Amino acid sequence: MVTVRCFAGIREILGHDTLSFTPAKDASTAADVLAAVAGAHLPGLPQPILVAINREHAALTSPVHDGDEVAFFPPVSGG
Amino acid sequence: MIVRLQAADFDPEHEAQALTVQGAGARVSFVGTVRDVSAGHPITALEIEHYPEMTTAELERIATAAQAQYQLLEVLIIHRFGRILCDERIVLVTVWSAHRAAAFAGCQAIMDALKTCAPFWKKELTTEGDHWVPGRSPPDLD
Repeated sequence: MVTVRCFAGIREILGHDTLSFTPAKDASTAADVLAAVAGAHLPGLPQPILVAINREHAALTSPVHDGDEVAFFPPVSGG
Repeated sequence: MIVRLQAADFDPEHEAQALTVQGAGARVSFVGTVRDVSAGHPITALEIEHYPEMTTAELERIATAAQAQYQLLEVLIIHRFGRILCDERIVLVTVWSAHRAAAFAGCQAIMDALKTCAPFWKKELTTEGDHWVPGRSPPDLD
């Protein structure tokens, strides 16, 4: 099982900030996780989508393993 | 290094004066504030969201890299979250070094990295509605 975190505009569209998800196969990618949790909302998500795995920047192509925390968010705008 | 995330406002000079840094001959501070207008529309406030479990670690990573690259003696970063009104302070970056060139360069490098890597998101609340501020991506992920 992986923990999925969503922030900003992605959180608003998906309606969740945190949820648990069991990938279909052990070595799925962040993109696979996003497609599964977003479902029909996927085409409407603001682009680009950034990814963090276990609180470090990653890519949509990065592998996701059991126990990981995967976060999806828009480009950042602090400061 | 000191990294703080907080909802409350801060006093930049008080924060900097509270630290004694041995060997420092220069101190440079950057204070970011809420603009009063966006695309011609008055801004009433910002809402800043962040990823609490990642933000502190990312700011510490940025500060550590800048300390090594610019020989900074100390780094202080304070960033607010939640609702921040027009003209209020958002962020403080203060750095100490032996000489001014390193302090100027180090402070700018930290702000540049913060704006592309630290997981904060701003929503502008304006008289014409609310909207997320377009963001930036980490350089190696563009």
